[in-house]
Amino acid sequence: MKLLLIITGACLILSFIGDRRKTALGLKKGAMMFLKILPTILTVIIVVSILLYLVPEQKIAGWFGEESGFDGYMAAALVGSISLIQGFIAFPMAGVLVQSGVSYPVIAIFITTLLMVGIMTMPVEARYFGWRMALIRNSLAFVFALVVGVFMGFLWNLF
Amino acid sequence: MRFIKKHGVNIGIIVAFSLFAGYSVYTDYLPGLEILKGNVRTFITELISMLPLMFILIGLFDVWLPKEKVQKHIGAGSGIKGSLLVALLAFMQAGPLYAAFPVAYTLWKKGCSRFNIFIYLGAFSTLKIPMLMFEIGFLGVKFSLLRIVLTMPAVIAIAFIMDRYYAKKSFEIKSLQ
Repeated sequence: MKLLLIITGACLILSFIGDRRKTALGLKKGAMMFLKILPTILTVIIVVSILLYLVPEQKIAGWFGEESGFDGYMAAALVGSISLIQGFIAFPMAGVLVQSGVSYPVIAIFITTLLMVGIMTMPVEARYFGWRMALIRNSLAFVFALVVGVFMGFLWNLF
Repeated sequence: MRFIKKHGVNIGIIVAFSLFAGYSVYTDYLPGLEILKGNVRTFITELISMLPLMFILIGLFDVWLPKEKVQKHIGAGSGIKGSLLVALLAFMQAGPLYAAFPVAYTLWKKGCSRFNIFIYLGAFSTLKIPMLMFEIGFLGVKFSLLRIVLTMPAVIAIAFIMDRYYAKKSFEIKSLQ
């Protein structure tokens, strides 16, 4: 938090020294983007919080938590591959899930498959590149997402 | 007005929840208080302090390094420099993966190499600078850094495997029109 404050302050001062008008334009752009996305973020937090209240935490931790082992990894990979969720929604959601006991490697797999594998959008991909390429790319991405998760599991406790 | 129309459902949910929250606090309604005490409070306080800062950075980045500038230099770029530029271009864009396909087509028509097309798709799907600020805000610097450090080799490996696979086959990107 402090780091972010320092970085933002430094960038802002540098930018202001460099070009006042550009800085003003950048701030305006940032503010517009922020206002546009704010209602969506608030809604996600509200809905996920209510859902988490209704579904007991032990259950979620059982599906995706530390003890779920490889099944948790696979479940996260499948959910990530099938879902079509925007990052602006997925990251707040992942943040809430971490708070309720889902492990970071599982979140990494969910995020990576969400970003790289698109089963629902494969027909679109195939129209540009052909089915063969779409299938190969998505399968490779799926496998590598699991690898990323496994490495994340090894490395997480080292740092 | 357009703002309200576009976010009608969201605003409805937010207003309804605010009323529910107010009611819960006023009457000590336990389930309501529990929801409020948990994630909602942590996240709203974090949001209010963190998000404006992130969006200041996103806005500044956007004015100082517009993606049109990078795109101009890609052309028939090959080799490591071309790959880096293609990846940089991908990092600067926004949107879901299928928004990358038309751009990949344009790059292909401009003479971008097959390997760099795969790098572009991989880079586009794993890291976007505006989204990165967001990711760090919700999941922390450690998570984002580890994820990126681990995913970049995967992107290169996938591009390499696919490039080798197509070495003796014809490769073509079609436009939808």
